[in-house]
Amino acid sequence: MSGSWQDYTRRIEELAAAQGLKFHPVDFEAVPDSFMMEIAVYGLPVRMPHWSFGVRYIYQLIQRHMGHSRLFEVVFPGNPGHAYLAESNGLAENILVTAHVLGHADFSRNNLLFKRCQEQVSERIVEHAANHARQISAAIETHGAQRVEAVLDAALALEQHIDVDVALRRPRYPEYAEDPKALVDDTFRKRFAALEPAAAAVAPEARRRAPVPPHPEKDLLWFLAHYAPELESWERDIFLAVREESFYFYPVFATQIMNEGWASYWHARLLREADFVPQQAYVDAIKCHSDVVRPVAAEQQVALSINPYHLGFVMWEKIVERDGLAAARGIMEQDDDFAFVRNHLTRELAEELDMFRYSARSDGQIKVLEQDLNALHEAVLAPKYNFGAPIVSAVKVRNDGTLELAHDSTVDGRGLDLERSRKVLDYVQRVWRRPIVLTTVNQAGSTLELTAP
Amino acid sequence: MDEAGGKRGEKTGAAKWYELFSRGARDWLRHDEKIREAVRANLPDIIAGGEVINDGARTVRVPVRMLEHYHFRLRRPEEQQGAGQGKAKPGDVLADPARDQGPGEKGAGGRDEGEMQLLLEFKVDDIVDWLWEEMQLPNLKARTGPSDESDWIREGWDRRGARSRLDRRRSFKELVKRRGAPGASPNFTDEDLRFRQLARRKQPAVHAVVFFMLDVSGSMSDRDRKLAKTFFFWVVQGLRREYRSLDTVFVAHTTEAWEFSEPDFFQVSGTGGTVASTGLLKVREIMDARFNPGRANIYLFYASDGDNSVSDAAEARAALAGIAADTCFTGYVEVSSGLSRQLATETGKLFAELQSSGCAAGSYALNDFDDVWGAVRHFFAAETQVPDAAPAPAAPPAQDSP
Repeated sequence: MSGSWQDYTRRIEELAAAQGLKFHPVDFEAVPDSFMMEIAVYGLPVRMPHWSFGVRYIYQLIQRHMGHSRLFEVVFPGNPGHAYLAESNGLAENILVTAHVLGHADFSRNNLLFKRCQEQVSERIVEHAANHARQISAAIETHGAQRVEAVLDAALALEQHIDVDVALRRPRYPEYAEDPKALVDDTFRKRFAALEPAAAAVAPEARRRAPVPPHPEKDLLWFLAHYAPELESWERDIFLAVREESFYFYPVFATQIMNEGWASYWHARLLREADFVPQQAYVDAIKCHSDVVRPVAAEQQVALSINPYHLGFVMWEKIVERDGLAAARGIMEQDDDFAFVRNHLTRELAEELDMFRYSARSDGQIKVLEQDLNALHEAVLAPKYNFGAPIVSAVKVRNDGTLELAHDSTVDGRGLDLERSRKVLDYVQRVWRRPIVLTTVNQAGSTLELTAP
Repeated sequence: MDEAGGKRGEKTGAAKWYELFSRGARDWLRHDEKIREAVRANLPDIIAGGEVINDGARTVRVPVRMLEHYHFRLRRPEEQQGAGQGKAKPGDVLADPARDQGPGEKGAGGRDEGEMQLLLEFKVDDIVDWLWEEMQLPNLKARTGPSDESDWIREGWDRRGARSRLDRRRSFKELVKRRGAPGASPNFTDEDLRFRQLARRKQPAVHAVVFFMLDVSGSMSDRDRKLAKTFFFWVVQGLRREYRSLDTVFVAHTTEAWEFSEPDFFQVSGTGGTVASTGLLKVREIMDARFNPGRANIYLFYASDGDNSVSDAAEARAALAGIAADTCFTGYVEVSSGLSRQLATETGKLFAELQSSGCAAGSYALNDFDDVWGAVRHFFAAETQVPDAAPAPAAPPAQDSP
């Protein structure tokens, strides 16, 4: 075996382009395993400091020592994209990983959800995140680690609570409620005003201040950044920095099955087509591929979770086989995991893949349930609803500054974990600086109020 | 292999920043620091439990859970659905706590990530410092004066002295000063040399002896002994703050008394009745044989459930009075995990008499691990309130070496 993986990069890129993949250029860089692990922990190559990342870091370290997880690559979308490859990868692994990365690059450039979020966050999230980290280090210099940490405790605790259906940069709520009279037909109003000038002059005085928020607000990070009564500007910057990163993470989270499946499909396909790859490297790469996309760990019979690489890979293979590549590209562009799984995980496929639903009781008993395709879809998707978080909205700010939060239990059917929720309220209260009330439901389904302080 | 070489070649020059600095380690250290702060804030509660005391070592191990950064989460339901993959038919039971009782597996909540525990190790000295600060415990007053120890202390300079005590820096300064004068020799002369001088100084009392006497009669339960052990442990730590060296003597008694080594002491359990005077006489014997009661700082702490034999009262009283006269402080801690009788026991009465007779003595009823700190505080506060009852013997004249 001769040559390094870089020698193959250009040819794999050309092959991918010839196969119809459309991607921004990607910068490849080989980095030490320790750095790979940090990228996995932080989600971005350079990110703000917070002790909670330290906890994840230790878990990763233990996992790695136990040989459970191995990272081959991490790729960041953008123009250009950044791909980090583990230095410990062999030649075959790197050839495979290069093809895989190009699959991701194609996906992130063409998938609508990715495109929409990327347009707002910018194509330079890696640099933005590094800037946020620098800005937060500067805040620590100025305001002290304790105060900055208190703000980060709150902001990162709410990192999933954004609203991707509204723009990243959005205006504040209108100051005044819309004048209901303005809706009345204009011609009539003009004629009426001509008849009764005194009545028309009354209108401006009737302007009412709009309530804040005018409607339940899901984007808690935005709401706190803009409406917390005594938030200082550096604190607002931290909230907005966390929020911007969340907008970046959302599509990665919400298209994981599709995205990993797409990349796996393409690394397998490109490898088959790549006649320039030496025979031995090809065999090694195929072995590596089958390790990555296998559904169940070698020593086990069943897995209690779904390997997104495997599920996505098999689904894309079926779709291409059945409807052709053009149709598959259409699906790739338009769907996210919810649509993808609900529309394309068919009964036959679920049976072929031996997928099942189970119920785990709190006493530890785990039982396989009857087959039911729709329920299976929801079981696969349940951890992904609403960025993986319960729906909590800001509903009102009382006259004394008390913030009312409400958990929408009609969607998820059960209440919040009270102990954790109280802790989150404590974090948020230190930033809101006024009392906070959170309504949720208890086990019996009746309304319950948590307050801080 | 050769590709690794190639990559390294590419990076010659400045090392990449991520090779110099681990953000993960930085944030982990911050987490560690937060845990230590939290532990420190709850220290009295955490270490009141006897388990943390690490025999013999100068450290205390505190098991802690990793901190969790909280997010809004749904309540964990009684029954949760998930999706899996593999050869399984509807109705199959994949895990059953009733069937496979794995050793050490707790069943519920076993899948939680937060299960991981850390074992933090704290230096006992640090802990004691924090605690004394936290609980505002007074520092003990050593009996001043009677000290056998003295030490050489560096004090001043002289123009004559042993070669080994030559202070080069000082001598050189003298040379520089002298050279400033017109016509002075630029070389060192005897005039320039300065020698460090030593003086004999009396050291403050640095030595103390603590007698721990434990009732191990049949009525003392394991828990009682553990309470006593925890209490004794922190007493030793408190005294160590004051005295540079501390001798400990462990005496256990039932109807007779024995001296034990520290590890054995807390394992001992006996049967039969309680005759406190045997223990006290044993203490007396050791005190006279090994220590100098008039000059050493002696402390006695006695732990018992208080059920002394009634016929022993007179003898015990006499022995106790004799010991109390020679100790800095005599403490009695009544460990009765069953029912709290608040010192209304035979032994309790003995110490109450002792205290009312003006001796440096105190008693405390210790019923619960949470209360160990109360006991420690009680004794240390009491000890400092006692006025210097015993007049300090005249200090022996400092001996000068020839």
